[in-house]
Amino acid sequence: MNSTVIQLTRHSLLGRRRVFALLGLPAVLLALAILIRSLLGVDSDLAVDLMGAFALGTLMPLLGLIAGTGAIGPEIDDGSILYILSKPLRRSTIVLSKLLVAIATVFMLGVVPVFATGVILGSEVHPIAISYAVGALIAGVAYCALFLLLAIVTRNAVVIGLMYALVWESVVGQIVPGAQALSIQQWSLAIAERVAGEQAIYLGIESTVELRTAIILLVAVIVGCTWLATRRLRTLRLSEEG
Amino acid sequence: MSTDPVAPAHRGAIHDIGYRHYDGPRLGRRHAATSLYLESLRGAYGLGRSMKSKVAPLMLLVATCIPALIIGLVVAITGGAVLPLRQTEYLNEVQVLISIFLAVIAPSIMSRDLRFRVVSLYFSRPLHKVDYVLAKYAAAATALFIYMAAPLIVLFASALLADISFESTYPDFLRAVAEAAVLALVLAGIGLLIAALTPRRGLGVAAIITVLLLLAGAQLILVEITRELGNAVAAVYVSLLSPYSLVEGIATSVLGAASTGSATPDGVLQVGVYVAAALALIAGLFGLLLLRYRRVSVS
Repeated sequence: MNSTVIQLTRHSLLGRRRVFALLGLPAVLLALAILIRSLLGVDSDLAVDLMGAFALGTLMPLLGLIAGTGAIGPEIDDGSILYILSKPLRRSTIVLSKLLVAIATVFMLGVVPVFATGVILGSEVHPIAISYAVGALIAGVAYCALFLLLAIVTRNAVVIGLMYALVWESVVGQIVPGAQALSIQQWSLAIAERVAGEQAIYLGIESTVELRTAIILLVAVIVGCTWLATRRLRTLRLSEEG
Repeated sequence: MSTDPVAPAHRGAIHDIGYRHYDGPRLGRRHAATSLYLESLRGAYGLGRSMKSKVAPLMLLVATCIPALIIGLVVAITGGAVLPLRQTEYLNEVQVLISIFLAVIAPSIMSRDLRFRVVSLYFSRPLHKVDYVLAKYAAAATALFIYMAAPLIVLFASALLADISFESTYPDFLRAVAEAAVLALVLAGIGLLIAALTPRRGLGVAAIITVLLLLAGAQLILVEITRELGNAVAAVYVSLLSPYSLVEGIATSVLGAASTGSATPDGVLQVGVYVAAALALIAGLFGLLLLRYRRVSVS
Protein backbone atom coordinates (compact mmCIF):
# COMPACT_ATOMS: atom_id res chain seq x y z
CA MET A 1 0.00 0.00 0.00
CA ASN A 2 1.13 3.49 -0.77
CA SER A 3 -0.50 6.50 0.81
CA THR A 4 0.05 8.79 -2.19
CA VAL A 5 -1.61 6.37 -4.59
CA ILE A 6 -4.45 5.96 -2.11
CA GLN A 7 -4.83 9.74 -1.86
CA LEU A 8 -4.86 10.20 -5.64
CA THR A 9 -7.35 7.39 -6.19
CA ARG A 10 -9.58 8.64 -3.43
CA HIS A 11 -9.59 12.07 -4.96
CA SER A 12 -10.37 10.85 -8.47
CA LEU A 13 -13.13 8.56 -7.22
CA LEU A 14 -14.75 10.71 -4.56
CA GLY A 15 -13.26 14.14 -5.12
CA ARG A 16 -15.24 17.35 -5.35
CA ARG A 17 -18.86 16.93 -6.36
CA ARG A 18 -18.56 13.28 -7.36
CA VAL A 19 -19.10 11.99 -3.83
CA PHE A 20 -22.48 13.72 -3.70
CA ALA A 21 -23.54 12.06 -6.94
CA LEU A 22 -22.46 8.68 -5.55
CA LEU A 23 -24.31 9.32 -2.29
CA GLY A 24 -27.49 9.25 -4.37
CA LEU A 25 -27.36 5.45 -4.61
CA PRO A 26 -27.52 4.63 -0.89
CA ALA A 27 -29.88 7.58 -0.43
CA VAL A 28 -32.46 5.94 -2.71
CA LEU A 29 -32.10 2.65 -0.79
CA LEU A 30 -32.54 4.30 2.60
CA ALA A 31 -35.44 6.44 1.40
CA LEU A 32 -37.28 3.34 0.15
CA ALA A 33 -36.54 1.55 3.43
CA ILE A 34 -37.94 4.42 5.49
CA LEU A 35 -40.99 4.55 3.23
CA ILE A 36 -41.64 0.81 3.65
CA ARG A 37 -41.14 1.03 7.40
CA SER A 38 -43.46 3.99 7.85
CA LEU A 39 -46.21 2.77 5.54
CA LEU A 40 -46.12 -0.99 6.08
CA GLY A 41 -44.43 -1.44 9.47
CA VAL A 42 -41.65 -3.84 10.40
CA ASP A 43 -40.86 -7.25 8.93
CA SER A 44 -42.74 -6.63 5.73
CA ASP A 45 -42.44 -9.05 2.82
CA LEU A 46 -41.11 -6.13 0.84
CA ALA A 47 -38.02 -6.04 3.03
CA VAL A 48 -36.79 -9.12 1.21
CA ASP A 49 -37.48 -7.55 -2.20
CA LEU A 50 -35.64 -4.41 -1.24
CA MET A 51 -32.66 -6.15 0.34
CA GLY A 52 -32.37 -8.98 -2.13
CA ALA A 53 -33.34 -7.71 -5.56
CA PHE A 54 -32.62 -4.02 -5.10
CA ALA A 55 -29.69 -3.82 -2.69
CA LEU A 56 -27.79 -7.03 -3.45
CA GLY A 57 -28.98 -7.49 -7.02
CA THR A 58 -28.65 -3.94 -8.36
CA LEU A 59 -26.95 -1.59 -5.94
CA MET A 60 -23.88 -3.66 -5.05
CA PRO A 61 -22.91 -4.60 -8.63
CA LEU A 62 -23.34 -0.97 -9.70
CA LEU A 63 -21.25 0.32 -6.81
CA GLY A 64 -18.62 -2.32 -7.43
CA LEU A 65 -18.55 -1.36 -11.08
CA ILE A 66 -18.27 2.36 -10.42
CA ALA A 67 -15.64 1.94 -7.70
CA GLY A 68 -13.67 -0.85 -9.36
CA THR A 69 -13.40 0.64 -12.83
CA GLY A 70 -13.39 4.21 -11.53
CA ALA A 71 -10.31 3.53 -9.40
CA ILE A 72 -8.08 3.03 -12.44
CA GLY A 73 -10.10 3.41 -15.64
CA PRO A 74 -10.01 7.21 -16.04
CA GLU A 75 -6.26 7.26 -15.44
CA ILE A 76 -5.66 4.68 -18.15
CA ASP A 77 -8.07 6.54 -20.43
CA ASP A 78 -6.24 9.86 -20.26
CA GLY A 79 -2.79 8.30 -19.96
CA SER A 80 -1.94 9.83 -16.59
CA ILE A 81 -1.38 6.32 -15.18
CA LEU A 82 2.13 6.72 -16.69
CA TYR A 83 3.11 9.14 -13.93
CA ILE A 84 2.41 6.50 -11.31
CA LEU A 85 3.85 3.60 -13.29
CA SER A 86 7.13 5.47 -13.84
CA LYS A 87 7.68 5.86 -10.10
CA PRO A 88 9.68 3.22 -8.22
CA LEU A 89 6.58 1.48 -6.90
CA ARG A 90 5.75 -2.18 -7.12
CA ARG A 91 2.86 -2.89 -9.48
CA SER A 92 1.25 -4.94 -6.73
CA THR A 93 1.41 -1.92 -4.42
CA ILE A 94 -0.43 0.18 -6.99
CA VAL A 95 -3.11 -2.46 -7.57
CA LEU A 96 -3.60 -3.15 -3.86
CA SER A 97 -3.80 0.55 -3.01
CA LYS A 98 -6.41 1.14 -5.68
CA LEU A 99 -8.33 -1.96 -4.64
CA LEU A 100 -8.31 -0.74 -1.04
CA VAL A 101 -9.87 2.58 -2.03
CA ALA A 102 -12.48 0.84 -4.17
CA ILE A 103 -13.41 -1.55 -1.36
CA ALA A 104 -13.55 1.29 1.16
CA THR A 105 -15.89 3.19 -1.18
CA VAL A 106 -18.16 0.17 -1.59
CA PHE A 107 -18.10 -0.36 2.16
CA MET A 108 -19.10 3.19 3.00
CA LEU A 109 -21.68 3.61 0.24
CA GLY A 110 -22.95 0.05 0.05
CA VAL A 111 -22.37 -2.20 3.02
CA VAL A 112 -23.14 0.37 5.73
CA PRO A 113 -26.38 1.51 4.04
CA VAL A 114 -27.43 -2.13 3.52
CA PHE A 115 -26.89 -2.76 7.22
CA ALA A 116 -28.82 0.40 8.08
CA THR A 117 -31.65 -0.67 5.78
CA GLY A 118 -31.80 -4.03 7.57
CA VAL A 119 -31.99 -2.25 10.93
CA ILE A 120 -34.76 0.04 9.67
CA LEU A 121 -36.81 -2.81 8.23
CA GLY A 122 -36.35 -5.57 10.80
CA SER A 123 -37.89 -5.78 14.23
CA GLU A 124 -34.60 -6.84 15.76
CA VAL A 125 -31.11 -6.00 14.64
CA HIS A 126 -29.68 -9.42 14.22
CA PRO A 127 -30.65 -11.62 11.30
CA ILE A 128 -31.63 -9.64 8.23
CA ALA A 129 -29.28 -6.71 8.73
CA ILE A 130 -26.18 -8.74 9.57
CA SER A 131 -26.58 -11.50 7.01
CA TYR A 132 -27.33 -9.15 4.13
CA ALA A 133 -24.52 -6.81 5.18
CA VAL A 134 -22.06 -9.72 5.21
CA GLY A 135 -23.30 -10.81 1.80
CA ALA A 136 -23.00 -7.25 0.49
CA LEU A 137 -19.46 -6.90 1.85
CA ILE A 138 -18.25 -10.11 0.25
CA ALA A 139 -19.97 -9.36 -3.03
CA GLY A 140 -18.53 -5.85 -2.96
CA VAL A 141 -14.95 -7.04 -2.49
CA ALA A 142 -15.29 -9.59 -5.28
CA TYR A 143 -16.91 -7.11 -7.68
CA CYS A 144 -14.18 -4.54 -6.97
CA ALA A 145 -11.39 -7.03 -7.68
CA LEU A 146 -13.06 -8.29 -10.85
CA PHE A 147 -13.93 -4.88 -12.28
CA LEU A 148 -10.51 -3.42 -11.41
CA LEU A 149 -8.97 -6.18 -13.51
CA LEU A 150 -11.46 -5.54 -16.32
CA ALA A 151 -10.61 -1.83 -16.35
CA ILE A 152 -6.94 -2.69 -16.86
CA VAL A 153 -7.58 -5.33 -19.51
CA THR A 154 -10.11 -3.62 -21.74
CA ARG A 155 -11.37 -0.20 -22.73
CA ASN A 156 -14.92 -1.51 -22.69
CA ALA A 157 -14.66 -2.49 -19.02
CA VAL A 158 -17.85 -0.75 -17.96
CA VAL A 159 -19.92 -2.33 -20.73
CA ILE A 160 -18.56 -5.83 -20.16
CA GLY A 161 -18.98 -5.40 -16.42
CA LEU A 162 -22.59 -4.34 -16.91
CA MET A 163 -23.25 -7.29 -19.20
CA TYR A 164 -21.88 -9.61 -16.54
CA ALA A 165 -23.58 -8.08 -13.51
CA LEU A 166 -26.96 -7.32 -15.06
CA VAL A 167 -27.41 -9.78 -17.90
CA TRP A 168 -25.40 -12.85 -16.97
CA GLU A 169 -26.11 -12.87 -13.23
CA SER A 170 -29.80 -12.04 -13.35
CA VAL A 171 -31.35 -12.65 -16.77
CA VAL A 172 -29.25 -15.57 -18.02
CA GLY A 173 -29.14 -16.98 -14.49
CA GLN A 174 -32.93 -17.25 -14.44
CA ILE A 175 -33.16 -19.10 -17.72
CA VAL A 176 -30.02 -21.23 -17.55
CA PRO A 177 -29.60 -22.35 -13.93
CA GLY A 178 -26.02 -23.43 -14.58
CA ALA A 179 -25.03 -19.82 -15.13
CA GLN A 180 -25.71 -19.16 -11.46
CA ALA A 181 -22.73 -21.27 -10.46
CA LEU A 182 -20.59 -18.51 -11.96
CA SER A 183 -22.27 -15.63 -10.23
CA ILE A 184 -20.68 -13.47 -7.54
CA GLN A 185 -24.16 -12.65 -6.32
CA GLN A 186 -24.98 -16.32 -5.70
CA TRP A 187 -21.66 -16.98 -3.99
CA SER A 188 -22.15 -14.11 -1.56
CA LEU A 189 -25.74 -15.24 -0.99
CA ALA A 190 -24.42 -18.66 -0.01
CA ILE A 191 -22.34 -17.06 2.71
CA ALA A 192 -25.20 -14.78 3.78
CA GLU A 193 -27.37 -17.91 4.00
CA ARG A 194 -24.85 -19.49 6.36
CA VAL A 195 -24.69 -16.34 8.52
CA ALA A 196 -28.46 -16.21 8.76
CA GLY A 197 -28.51 -19.89 9.79
CA GLU A 198 -31.93 -21.40 10.25
CA GLN A 199 -33.70 -18.13 9.63
CA ALA A 200 -32.43 -17.90 6.08
CA ILE A 201 -35.70 -19.19 4.63
CA TYR A 202 -37.75 -16.52 6.39
CA LEU A 203 -35.35 -13.85 5.22
CA GLY A 204 -35.63 -14.98 1.64
CA ILE A 205 -31.92 -15.75 1.41
CA GLU A 206 -31.48 -18.73 -0.80
CA SER A 207 -28.43 -19.59 -2.80
CA THR A 208 -28.14 -22.14 -5.55
CA VAL A 209 -24.47 -22.71 -4.78
CA GLU A 210 -22.93 -24.89 -2.07
CA LEU A 211 -21.16 -22.94 0.67
CA ARG A 212 -17.83 -24.68 0.12
CA THR A 213 -17.91 -24.09 -3.63
CA ALA A 214 -18.85 -20.49 -3.04
CA ILE A 215 -15.94 -19.82 -0.69
CA ILE A 216 -13.41 -21.49 -2.98
CA LEU A 217 -14.64 -19.60 -6.03
CA LEU A 218 -14.80 -16.29 -4.17
CA VAL A 219 -11.23 -16.61 -2.92
CA ALA A 220 -10.13 -17.70 -6.38
CA VAL A 221 -11.79 -14.70 -8.02
CA ILE A 222 -10.52 -12.14 -5.52
CA VAL A 223 -6.93 -13.43 -5.38
CA GLY A 224 -6.79 -14.39 -9.04
CA CYS A 225 -8.11 -11.08 -10.33
CA THR A 226 -5.76 -9.07 -8.13
CA TRP A 227 -2.78 -11.15 -9.21
CA LEU A 228 -3.74 -10.92 -12.86
CA ALA A 229 -4.31 -7.17 -12.54
CA THR A 230 -0.76 -6.83 -11.25
CA ARG A 231 0.55 -8.89 -14.14
CA ARG A 232 -1.36 -6.94 -16.74
CA LEU A 233 -0.23 -3.61 -15.32
CA ARG A 234 3.37 -4.63 -16.11
CA THR A 235 2.71 -4.63 -19.82
CA LEU A 236 0.05 -2.00 -20.14
CA ARG A 237 -0.57 -0.59 -23.61
CA LEU A 238 -1.92 2.90 -23.81
CA SER A 239 -3.94 3.84 -26.84
CA GLU A 240 -4.87 7.29 -27.97
CA GLU A 241 -8.37 6.60 -29.08
CA GLY A 242 -11.11 8.08 -26.94
CA MET B 1 13.85 59.88 -63.10
CA SER B 2 12.19 59.67 -59.74
CA THR B 3 13.99 60.74 -56.53
CA ASP B 4 12.26 57.95 -54.63
CA PRO B 5 14.65 55.01 -54.29
CA VAL B 6 11.81 52.58 -54.04
CA ALA B 7 9.83 51.98 -57.15
CA PRO B 8 6.10 52.84 -56.78
CA ALA B 9 5.19 49.27 -57.54
CA HIS B 10 6.99 48.11 -54.39
CA ARG B 11 5.13 50.36 -51.97
CA GLY B 12 2.33 48.64 -50.14
CA ALA B 13 1.17 46.77 -53.15
CA ILE B 14 -1.14 43.84 -52.91
CA HIS B 15 -0.08 41.13 -55.27
CA ASP B 16 -2.46 38.78 -56.83
CA ILE B 17 -0.72 35.47 -56.26
CA GLY B 18 -3.52 33.40 -57.61
CA TYR B 19 -5.61 32.39 -54.58
CA ARG B 20 -9.03 31.48 -55.76
CA HIS B 21 -12.33 32.19 -54.13
CA TYR B 22 -14.72 29.41 -53.43
CA ASP B 23 -17.68 30.16 -55.59
CA GLY B 24 -19.22 26.75 -55.70
CA PRO B 25 -22.52 26.03 -54.03
CA ARG B 26 -22.67 26.62 -50.25
CA LEU B 27 -24.52 23.75 -48.65
CA GLY B 28 -25.51 25.77 -45.64
CA ARG B 29 -26.98 25.18 -42.23
CA ARG B 30 -29.48 22.53 -43.16
CA HIS B 31 -26.88 20.34 -44.83
CA ALA B 32 -24.50 20.75 -41.90
CA ALA B 33 -27.21 19.62 -39.50
CA THR B 34 -28.15 16.56 -41.58
CA SER B 35 -24.48 15.59 -41.95
CA LEU B 36 -24.00 15.88 -38.19
CA TYR B 37 -27.10 13.76 -37.67
CA LEU B 38 -25.93 11.04 -40.07
CA GLU B 39 -22.37 10.96 -38.76
CA SER B 40 -23.57 10.81 -35.13
CA LEU B 41 -25.94 7.99 -36.01
CA ARG B 42 -23.20 6.06 -37.78
CA GLY B 43 -20.82 6.80 -34.93
CA ALA B 44 -23.28 5.38 -32.40
CA TYR B 45 -22.94 1.98 -34.05
CA GLY B 46 -19.21 2.48 -34.58
CA LEU B 47 -19.55 2.68 -38.36
CA GLY B 48 -16.70 4.67 -39.85
CA ARG B 49 -14.72 4.25 -36.65
CA SER B 50 -12.21 1.70 -35.39
CA MET B 51 -13.03 -1.98 -34.84
CA LYS B 52 -12.84 -1.39 -31.11
CA SER B 53 -15.72 1.06 -31.23
CA LYS B 54 -17.89 -1.35 -33.18
CA VAL B 55 -17.56 -4.18 -30.66
CA ALA B 56 -19.84 -2.92 -27.89
CA PRO B 57 -22.84 -1.67 -29.92
CA LEU B 58 -22.89 -4.63 -32.29
CA MET B 59 -22.45 -7.11 -29.43
CA LEU B 60 -25.45 -5.52 -27.72
CA LEU B 61 -27.47 -5.55 -30.93
CA VAL B 62 -26.85 -9.27 -31.29
CA ALA B 63 -27.67 -9.85 -27.61
CA THR B 64 -31.08 -8.21 -27.92
CA CYS B 65 -31.95 -10.24 -31.03
CA ILE B 66 -30.95 -13.64 -29.62
CA PRO B 67 -34.08 -14.14 -27.47
CA ALA B 68 -36.25 -13.21 -30.48
CA LEU B 69 -34.42 -15.79 -32.60
CA ILE B 70 -34.82 -18.45 -29.93
CA ILE B 71 -38.55 -17.71 -29.61
CA GLY B 72 -38.84 -17.87 -33.38
CA LEU B 73 -37.08 -21.24 -33.50
CA VAL B 74 -39.22 -22.66 -30.71
CA VAL B 75 -42.40 -21.58 -32.48
CA ALA B 76 -41.18 -22.94 -35.81
CA ILE B 77 -40.34 -26.34 -34.29
CA THR B 78 -43.29 -26.78 -31.95
CA GLY B 79 -45.68 -25.17 -34.43
CA GLY B 80 -47.74 -23.16 -31.95
CA ALA B 81 -50.63 -21.00 -33.10
CA VAL B 82 -49.44 -17.94 -31.18
CA LEU B 83 -46.11 -16.49 -30.07
CA PRO B 84 -45.24 -17.60 -26.53
CA LEU B 85 -44.43 -13.99 -25.75
CA ARG B 86 -46.54 -11.09 -26.98
CA GLN B 87 -44.56 -8.72 -29.15
CA THR B 88 -45.55 -5.78 -26.97
CA GLU B 89 -43.91 -7.51 -23.98
CA TYR B 90 -40.59 -7.99 -25.69
CA LEU B 91 -39.12 -4.54 -25.03
CA ASN B 92 -40.00 -4.91 -21.37
CA GLU B 93 -38.09 -8.19 -21.24
CA VAL B 94 -34.90 -6.72 -22.71
CA GLN B 95 -35.12 -3.51 -20.69
CA VAL B 96 -31.68 -3.93 -19.15
CA LEU B 97 -30.07 -4.38 -22.55
CA ILE B 98 -31.75 -1.23 -23.84
CA SER B 99 -30.41 0.67 -20.83
CA ILE B 100 -26.89 -0.62 -21.44
CA PHE B 101 -27.12 0.27 -25.12
CA LEU B 102 -28.20 3.80 -24.29
CA ALA B 103 -25.35 4.05 -21.79
CA VAL B 104 -22.92 3.03 -24.53
CA ILE B 105 -24.12 5.28 -27.35
CA ALA B 106 -25.03 8.48 -25.52
CA PRO B 107 -21.45 9.25 -24.39
CA SER B 108 -20.07 8.30 -27.80
CA ILE B 109 -22.49 10.80 -29.38
CA MET B 110 -22.11 13.58 -26.84
CA SER B 111 -19.03 13.28 -24.64
CA ARG B 112 -16.32 12.93 -27.29
CA ASP B 113 -17.07 16.33 -28.79
CA LEU B 114 -16.73 17.85 -25.35
CA ARG B 115 -13.63 15.90 -24.44
CA PHE B 116 -11.72 16.81 -27.58
CA ARG B 117 -13.04 20.37 -27.34
CA VAL B 118 -14.48 20.45 -30.83
CA VAL B 119 -17.93 21.74 -29.89
CA SER B 120 -16.76 25.34 -30.28
CA LEU B 121 -15.51 24.44 -33.77
CA TYR B 122 -18.97 23.25 -34.74
CA PHE B 123 -20.47 26.50 -33.55
CA SER B 124 -18.01 28.52 -35.64
CA ARG B 125 -19.79 27.13 -38.70
CA PRO B 126 -23.28 28.08 -39.93
CA LEU B 127 -24.65 25.43 -37.58
CA HIS B 128 -26.80 26.91 -34.80
CA LYS B 129 -26.91 25.50 -31.29
CA VAL B 130 -30.47 24.34 -31.80
CA ASP B 131 -29.34 22.43 -34.90
CA TYR B 132 -26.52 20.79 -32.98
CA VAL B 133 -28.75 19.63 -30.13
CA LEU B 134 -31.51 18.62 -32.54
CA ALA B 135 -29.12 16.60 -34.72
CA LYS B 136 -27.60 14.83 -31.72
CA TYR B 137 -31.01 14.17 -30.15
CA ALA B 138 -32.37 12.80 -33.42
CA ALA B 139 -29.28 10.64 -33.91
CA ALA B 140 -29.53 9.11 -30.44
CA ALA B 141 -33.27 8.51 -30.79
CA THR B 142 -32.84 6.92 -34.22
CA ALA B 143 -30.01 4.69 -33.00
CA LEU B 144 -32.18 3.56 -30.08
CA PHE B 145 -35.18 3.02 -32.33
CA ILE B 146 -33.16 0.84 -34.70
CA TYR B 147 -31.85 -1.08 -31.70
CA MET B 148 -35.36 -1.78 -30.43
CA ALA B 149 -36.99 -2.33 -33.81
CA ALA B 150 -34.45 -4.96 -34.93
CA PRO B 151 -35.55 -7.73 -32.52
CA LEU B 152 -39.21 -6.81 -33.10
CA ILE B 153 -38.72 -7.36 -36.83
CA VAL B 154 -36.99 -10.66 -36.12
CA LEU B 155 -39.88 -11.71 -33.92
CA PHE B 156 -42.49 -10.61 -36.46
CA ALA B 157 -40.71 -12.37 -39.30
CA SER B 158 -40.35 -15.58 -37.31
CA ALA B 159 -44.05 -15.49 -36.44
CA LEU B 160 -44.89 -15.22 -40.13
CA LEU B 161 -42.42 -17.97 -41.03
CA ALA B 162 -44.01 -20.22 -38.42
CA ASP B 163 -47.27 -19.74 -40.29
CA ILE B 164 -49.00 -17.67 -37.65
CA SER B 165 -51.57 -15.58 -39.46
CA PHE B 166 -50.58 -12.10 -40.55
CA GLU B 167 -53.86 -10.63 -39.31
CA SER B 168 -53.28 -11.77 -35.75
CA THR B 169 -49.62 -10.66 -35.66
CA TYR B 170 -49.38 -7.27 -37.29
CA PRO B 171 -51.45 -5.18 -34.80
CA ASP B 172 -49.12 -6.12 -31.95
CA PHE B 173 -46.10 -5.54 -34.17
CA LEU B 174 -47.23 -2.01 -35.00
CA ARG B 175 -48.00 -1.32 -31.36
CA ALA B 176 -44.58 -2.53 -30.27
CA VAL B 177 -42.86 -0.43 -32.95
CA ALA B 178 -44.82 2.65 -31.90
CA GLU B 179 -43.88 2.00 -28.29
CA ALA B 180 -40.24 1.70 -29.35
CA ALA B 181 -40.45 5.10 -31.05
CA VAL B 182 -41.81 6.84 -27.95
CA LEU B 183 -39.34 5.05 -25.70
CA ALA B 184 -36.48 6.05 -27.99
CA LEU B 185 -37.43 9.72 -27.74
CA VAL B 186 -37.67 9.66 -23.95
CA LEU B 187 -34.53 7.60 -23.33
CA ALA B 188 -32.40 9.56 -25.82
CA GLY B 189 -33.03 12.77 -23.89
CA ILE B 190 -32.11 11.22 -20.54
CA GLY B 191 -28.93 9.64 -21.89
CA LEU B 192 -27.74 12.70 -23.80
CA LEU B 193 -28.32 15.09 -20.92
CA ILE B 194 -26.24 12.97 -18.54
CA ALA B 195 -23.57 12.41 -21.20
CA ALA B 196 -23.42 16.16 -21.94
CA LEU B 197 -22.55 16.83 -18.31
CA THR B 198 -19.41 14.68 -18.30
CA PRO B 199 -16.58 14.72 -20.84
CA ARG B 200 -15.35 11.35 -19.56
CA ARG B 201 -16.78 8.37 -21.37
CA GLY B 202 -16.53 5.77 -18.59
CA LEU B 203 -18.19 8.04 -16.07
CA GLY B 204 -20.99 8.84 -18.47
CA VAL B 205 -21.72 5.17 -19.13
CA ALA B 206 -21.87 4.37 -15.42
CA ALA B 207 -23.96 7.43 -14.61
CA ILE B 208 -26.60 6.74 -17.27
CA ILE B 209 -27.05 3.09 -16.35
CA THR B 210 -27.17 3.93 -12.66
CA VAL B 211 -29.89 6.53 -13.09
CA LEU B 212 -32.02 4.23 -15.27
CA LEU B 213 -31.63 1.19 -13.02
CA LEU B 214 -32.30 3.12 -9.83
CA LEU B 215 -35.45 4.66 -11.31
CA ALA B 216 -36.69 1.28 -12.56
CA GLY B 217 -35.83 -0.46 -9.28
CA ALA B 218 -37.41 2.24 -7.13
CA GLN B 219 -40.52 2.18 -9.30
CA LEU B 220 -40.91 -1.60 -8.81
CA ILE B 221 -40.57 -1.30 -5.03
CA LEU B 222 -42.97 1.65 -4.89
CA VAL B 223 -45.57 -0.24 -6.93
CA GLU B 224 -45.23 -3.15 -4.50
CA ILE B 225 -45.75 -0.77 -1.57
CA THR B 226 -48.92 0.63 -3.13
CA ARG B 227 -50.10 -2.91 -3.84
CA GLU B 228 -49.62 -3.86 -0.18
CA LEU B 229 -51.58 -0.77 0.77
CA GLY B 230 -54.26 -1.68 -1.76
CA ASN B 231 -54.06 1.70 -3.44
CA ALA B 232 -54.39 1.16 -7.19
CA VAL B 233 -54.49 4.85 -8.07
CA ALA B 234 -51.20 5.54 -6.35
CA ALA B 235 -49.63 2.60 -8.22
CA VAL B 236 -50.45 4.31 -11.50
CA TYR B 237 -48.89 7.61 -10.52
CA VAL B 238 -45.84 5.99 -8.92
CA SER B 239 -45.15 4.27 -12.25
CA LEU B 240 -44.45 7.65 -13.82
CA LEU B 241 -41.07 7.49 -12.10
CA SER B 242 -39.31 5.14 -14.49
CA PRO B 243 -39.18 5.99 -18.22
CA TYR B 244 -39.90 2.35 -19.04
CA SER B 245 -43.09 2.11 -17.01
CA LEU B 246 -44.12 5.57 -18.22
CA VAL B 247 -43.91 4.52 -21.87
CA GLU B 248 -45.41 1.12 -21.11
CA GLY B 249 -48.36 2.88 -19.51
CA ILE B 250 -48.87 4.91 -22.67
CA ALA B 251 -48.53 1.79 -24.81
CA THR B 252 -51.17 -0.11 -22.84
CA SER B 253 -53.65 2.74 -22.53
CA VAL B 254 -53.26 4.71 -25.77
CA LEU B 255 -51.96 2.05 -28.15
CA GLY B 256 -54.01 -0.76 -26.66
CA ALA B 257 -51.15 -3.16 -25.94
CA ALA B 258 -51.80 -5.99 -23.50
CA SER B 259 -50.94 -5.05 -19.93
CA THR B 260 -47.99 -6.87 -18.43
CA GLY B 261 -49.22 -6.64 -14.89
CA SER B 262 -47.77 -3.37 -13.71
CA ALA B 263 -50.08 -0.46 -13.17
CA THR B 264 -52.05 0.65 -16.23
CA PRO B 265 -53.44 4.17 -16.44
CA ASP B 266 -57.18 4.18 -16.85
CA GLY B 267 -59.59 6.97 -17.64
CA VAL B 268 -59.04 10.33 -19.30
CA LEU B 269 -57.27 11.94 -16.37
CA GLN B 270 -54.64 9.26 -15.82
CA VAL B 271 -53.96 8.73 -19.51
CA GLY B 272 -53.75 12.48 -19.95
CA VAL B 273 -51.22 12.73 -17.14
CA TYR B 274 -49.11 9.99 -18.72
CA VAL B 275 -49.10 11.57 -22.16
CA ALA B 276 -48.46 15.01 -20.71
CA ALA B 277 -45.63 13.61 -18.58
CA ALA B 278 -43.97 12.01 -21.61
CA LEU B 279 -44.28 15.17 -23.70
CA ALA B 280 -43.06 17.35 -20.84
CA LEU B 281 -40.12 15.00 -20.27
CA ILE B 282 -39.03 15.10 -23.91
CA ALA B 283 -39.46 18.88 -24.18
CA GLY B 284 -37.82 19.45 -20.81
CA LEU B 285 -34.79 17.31 -21.60
CA PHE B 286 -34.40 19.07 -24.95
CA GLY B 287 -34.60 22.43 -23.22
CA LEU B 288 -32.02 21.41 -20.63
CA LEU B 289 -29.69 20.24 -23.40
CA LEU B 290 -30.04 23.63 -25.12
CA LEU B 291 -29.29 25.28 -21.80
CA ARG B 292 -26.22 23.09 -21.41
CA TYR B 293 -24.86 24.26 -24.77
CA ARG B 294 -25.66 27.93 -24.25
CA ARG B 295 -22.07 28.42 -23.14
CA VAL B 296 -19.34 26.07 -24.27
CA SER B 297 -15.79 26.51 -23.05
CA VAL B 298 -13.26 26.89 -25.86
CA SER B 299 -10.26 25.49 -24.03
